[in-house]
Amino acid sequence: MLRFITSRTLQSLLALFVVITATFFMIRFVPGGPFTAEKAVTPEILANLEAHYGLNKPLWQQYLDYLGSLARGDLGPSFKYPNRTVNEIIADKLPVSAELGALALAFALALGITLGTCAAVYRNTWIDYTASAFGMIGISVPTFVIGPLLVLLCAIHLGWFNASGWYVPADRVLPALVLGFAYAAPISRLTRGGMLEVLHQDFIRTARAKGVSEFRIVTHHALRGGLLPVVSYLGPAVAGILTGSFVIETIFTIPGIGREFVNSAFNRDYTLVLGTVILYAVLIMALNLVVDIVQAWMNPKVRLEG
Amino acid sequence: MNLPGAAAPAAPAEAEAGSSLWHDAWLRLRKNRLAVFGLWSLALVTLACVAGPWFSPYGYEEQQLDLGASGPGLRHWLGTDTLGRDLLVRLLTGGRVSLAVGLAATFVALTIGVVYGAVAGFVGGKRDAFLMRVVDIMYSLPFAIFVILLMVMSEEIAKRFNFGPSWRLVLLFVAIGAVEWLTMARIVRSQVMAVKKMEFIEAARSLGYGRRRIIFRHILPNILGPVIVYTTLTIPAVMLLEAFLSFLGLGVQPPMSSWGVLIKDGAEKMEEFPWLLIFPAGIFSLTLFSLNFLGDGLRDALDVRSSKD
Repeated sequence: MLRFITSRTLQSLLALFVVITATFFMIRFVPGGPFTAEKAVTPEILANLEAHYGLNKPLWQQYLDYLGSLARGDLGPSFKYPNRTVNEIIADKLPVSAELGALALAFALALGITLGTCAAVYRNTWIDYTASAFGMIGISVPTFVIGPLLVLLCAIHLGWFNASGWYVPADRVLPALVLGFAYAAPISRLTRGGMLEVLHQDFIRTARAKGVSEFRIVTHHALRGGLLPVVSYLGPAVAGILTGSFVIETIFTIPGIGREFVNSAFNRDYTLVLGTVILYAVLIMALNLVVDIVQAWMNPKVRLEG
Repeated sequence: MNLPGAAAPAAPAEAEAGSSLWHDAWLRLRKNRLAVFGLWSLALVTLACVAGPWFSPYGYEEQQLDLGASGPGLRHWLGTDTLGRDLLVRLLTGGRVSLAVGLAATFVALTIGVVYGAVAGFVGGKRDAFLMRVVDIMYSLPFAIFVILLMVMSEEIAKRFNFGPSWRLVLLFVAIGAVEWLTMARIVRSQVMAVKKMEFIEAARSLGYGRRRIIFRHILPNILGPVIVYTTLTIPAVMLLEAFLSFLGLGVQPPMSSWGVLIKDGAEKMEEFPWLLIFPAGIFSLTLFSLNFLGDGLRDALDVRSSKD
């Protein structure tokens, strides 16, 4: 087990290094620096600015400097927001996105697991068909379609919520529903599959023979095994929710890190882009790692293959 | 349009020996109502997108500024946008772009994935382990972010190398294809590993055929089923990614438009002119539904185990 964890960790670190290096050089490779937009800047000021941010040094020197400060946890100053560091901006925006993501994930899990379990227990009944039709909607109708449509219906026509913004608690409802909805569908599919497999096993029959109620069988006996496929899906799901937040935060004008990333990419705010990419990479890889380890812990077969 | 689903029934004519498999699959597919629905609506949407604009009295860029945004009616069946452009014809021409991106990027993903997976599965051993570890690592990368970065920088790159205007579209194909090939590679690899142990491969080997010939002429035709199924399911994923990028303003650029662009425009104006959102969203979702139904139907018809994970 320890060997498994070490090898997976090393692998993640390697991938992270690749991400950092690739992004760094990708961004520097293209012409058009962060200061080219402001036409008023004279050559002297430009030179001063570049000297201030270390952009006049050779590229490899900049790269090494960046790695050095990164190792100390410093993501450098932002180019577009004067007097603000990338760390500050992330500290400012990340909690918003984290809250949105956590709500969305909670909703996706609650809905997906409930639906999937019901579909498995009442297999081949209308409940099952409704759940799978719902799954198809979740897979085929993207969030950037559901989002605006829901806003049109619930916010503009019915007036239940604000169409955008992130001020009162009710503002959390629509974005979290839309973002989570897309992931409820695969979760319900996976739960259904896993539950069907478990419900056929002998220990369930034993439990039934002992007179355990059907409800208790599902909640206490079957769910633990039936949710295994869902656990392995959590890594990709969280990664998807993170990137999905680009669109959601744009639709609902939420001041989160996703919208900041898209804006910074448009503005060519090098350090901010790099900082957010690294943040995303670390989050996604750490989650994948945790999922891998949990899975290996729950299922020895994975451990041996890994 | 050469849809994989539509190609399947035509196969028996060429290959007498393989006819029963494809024929059986076709019969099974025909019984699946949802899959048939998917096939028909896809054919309809495709035909409308390809041929429709020719029959329209309006051009997709033709503006009638004095008309402005008007609701659906007899002259403009789906209404017009704020510049007085006919929405129907814009939907159909946008559909051409969306479908073309879907097919072309899927083709890129298909090519990379099949070759990579086939080679990995065929050579086996340490080299296979290395190749698949690369796939594992790439799986864990935040790829959507890279595609966004690439699209943001595409204009600068075009300036630097003097690329033409079609460059962005090509980049879109390649970037999306480069993201979507990983699962295909995994599926093909596992299939190749199963097939290569069979006797007819041994026979081909004993005849002295080279590796390349064995892989492409003997192994690949025998794993077509899963490849077709997964290809059908990749097209909607690819179209989704294209629309996602277009929605963020990073995909197809004006004057060209795609369903993603139209949804984006519609979402911005939905308060006053809801039809600008509802129609593009509707046709886009219908197409994705159809492709997913067809893919699921093909999976059942060709009896492919769910090997996605």
